[in-house]
Amino acid sequence: MSNYTVAPAPHVHGGDSVKKNMLNVIIALMPAYLAGCWYFGIGALIVSCVAMVSCVAFEWFISKFILKKQPQINDLSALLTGLLLGMNLPSSLPWWMVIVGSLVAIGIGKMSFGGLGNNLFNPALVGRVFLLISFPAAMTTWPIPDQLSLFGSVDALTAATPLAYIKQGIFTTFTEADMILGNIGGSLGETSSIALILGLIYLLATRTITWHIPISIIGTVLIFTGIMHGIDPCTYASPLLHITSGGLLLGSIFMATDYVTSPMTKVGQLIFGAGIGIITVVIRLFGSYPEGISFAILIMNAVVPLINRYIRPKRFGAK
Amino acid sequence: MKTFKIGGVHPQDKKLTAQKPIITLAAPKEAIFPLEQHIGAPAKPIVNVGDRVKTGQMIAEAGGFVSAPVHSSVTGTVSKIAEYTDPQGFSKQAIYIKAEENDEWADGIIISDKLETKTSLDAKEIIKKISDAGIVGLGGACFPTHVKLTPPADCKIDSLIINAVECEPYLTHNHRLMLEKAGEVIIGTRLLMKALGIEKAYIGIESNKMDAVNHLRETAEKLSDFVHIIEIVPLKMKYPQGSEKHLIEAITGREVKSGAIPASVGVVVQNVGTAFAVYEAVQFNKPLIDLFMTVTGSSMTEGGNFRVRMGTSMKEVLDMVGGIPADAEKVIGGGPMMGRCISNIDTPITKRSSAILCLEKQKTVREDVLDCIRCGKCMGTCPMGLEPYLLAKLTEIEDWSELEEHYIMDCIECGCCTFTCPSHRPLLDYVRYGKFKVGTIIRNRK
Repeated sequence: MSNYTVAPAPHVHGGDSVKKNMLNVIIALMPAYLAGCWYFGIGALIVSCVAMVSCVAFEWFISKFILKKQPQINDLSALLTGLLLGMNLPSSLPWWMVIVGSLVAIGIGKMSFGGLGNNLFNPALVGRVFLLISFPAAMTTWPIPDQLSLFGSVDALTAATPLAYIKQGIFTTFTEADMILGNIGGSLGETSSIALILGLIYLLATRTITWHIPISIIGTVLIFTGIMHGIDPCTYASPLLHITSGGLLLGSIFMATDYVTSPMTKVGQLIFGAGIGIITVVIRLFGSYPEGISFAILIMNAVVPLINRYIRPKRFGAK
Repeated sequence: MKTFKIGGVHPQDKKLTAQKPIITLAAPKEAIFPLEQHIGAPAKPIVNVGDRVKTGQMIAEAGGFVSAPVHSSVTGTVSKIAEYTDPQGFSKQAIYIKAEENDEWADGIIISDKLETKTSLDAKEIIKKISDAGIVGLGGACFPTHVKLTPPADCKIDSLIINAVECEPYLTHNHRLMLEKAGEVIIGTRLLMKALGIEKAYIGIESNKMDAVNHLRETAEKLSDFVHIIEIVPLKMKYPQGSEKHLIEAITGREVKSGAIPASVGVVVQNVGTAFAVYEAVQFNKPLIDLFMTVTGSSMTEGGNFRVRMGTSMKEVLDMVGGIPADAEKVIGGGPMMGRCISNIDTPITKRSSAILCLEKQKTVREDVLDCIRCGKCMGTCPMGLEPYLLAKLTEIEDWSELEEHYIMDCIECGCCTFTCPSHRPLLDYVRYGKFKVGTIIRNRK
């Protein structure tokens, strides 16, 4: 008898890993993150770094001392949650609120379900929505973009976001160039449309995600707001303004596509995306909040198990 | 270029030995012939200890219709009929023969290198010769060829597909066979068409072997009899294209229904090695006593393609290529995707053998298993359109009835799911176990 390993096939692996996927998403977020740091300065850096450090720290502590299992912070998922949470916050948010948000994101959103892979809702969004409901004033105070603030005062001037203006029926506050580049008020990582789309291209090129979820969300929003705009252009803003404002791109490219909380089949992903698009527009146009993408994603997250149960892949040789 | 529609993966294409011509290895000094080298009933010995047998002589007859006889690959004396240990360590019955120096061929076998293109035999006679020669499918399944050539009466066969896909990484012996024995392969294919009474055949080859595609095309044209049409089909590279059902779909677009056989869509599939064996059996009465195999590995300098006689021990074959490399972690019979680990290299080469692959540790190490992140990649790559993550989970909680409803029996065990999983979950290990359990339950129900 020889001393060779005996194991069932397959004997080789394609080389994909959880860490690689997480790293790809982090890389894809970099253009939008750097744009946020450029526009919102030192405040953006502080908020995002506090979010990342506290998310990783909470994951480590909870795994080690409460769940009593080997912490898995090496898979970069906690870092990604921190980055996403930070990018979904206004750059002027007090640091301790960021820590509270991180605790909710990791503690309730993720670890209470058993850690990565078992959570029902997107952890970063759980954290963000918790903050939005708990501290509505701080969460809707938007500093105006000011590159100089990197060297100057953290207490920059504040102003309303495009979505807030839209809610009031004012559609012409910002130039198209500013909307695309991100020179507008908003959460620190959501303003630069062009940077977010660069990230989407990277994610598609590395096959980290497929087009189904982001395109179905964006497409649904385009169609829905397009129809409304066509009916009454004075009350309802144009579809392009809707796409480029608020967290729509950040949400549809980076939050809704989270593997754990999105459907597995392509058809399921299209349904999921369409649902998010519809709910977002309904909240934006008819709800009391100016923005609805976070709620829309969380609501559709809850529907994912149902979608996975009823939408099945096409079988070879199905009778 | 054609390929199958659902799923599939692209393993790194490592064909280290594609340029190495086939070398015929010398006959072994002692040969071991297992009685079970095929699907179906084991063969029954027809020789006794002490009998002298010639090369190519039948030493065990078929144990039924779905069975195949076994022939000696050497001239020598039967030393014992006893147990041997198979590559996976199980004890099975085998005939041991002590070989003499020189071959003395059994009556009726013609030894010739000349390409014999003509035959006057009819379908029945061809099938009889194939059956007598002990030929089985050489793609790994080892299903007796004569059974496949006599399909059920309600199936109208119109096409033959020769499987020359060789989609497993590392394997190259089919590629070399097509380059070096193209005429024999074409005539073998034509004989199979005659046996089936059809006039259309396809030879499916993946696009990393375009030299074989072109060479076979030229040869088929040159040897054309203007009745039997043999079309060489290059296929877009994708694993597991060599799977019978997927090859049929790739070439003809027909889908074999769940649980049905290829004949139900009018197709019979044979391996290219089988076509060659059929040629020799029908034209020269030569039984299946040797086969082509790849012996390879990243750190094996003398690896290559060999024509090896049945009964030779794997160790002997490995010794001829400089032994197992020092850094080998696994010795695999077959390719890296579906091959089986060999725990015992003293075991003989049989009709089931196709390759010996020595993989070093860093290529074959299994990473730590993480929780499923529900990315759905296993579903995207499953060529049967199943849900591997769910089948693995249901096996874990032993929900056999739910597993059956999720078509676990459709799994072809290609390994795409485990190969793809970013959490390194051993999905196929679970599914195989679940399949075994559900299969047992289904059989007991009947």
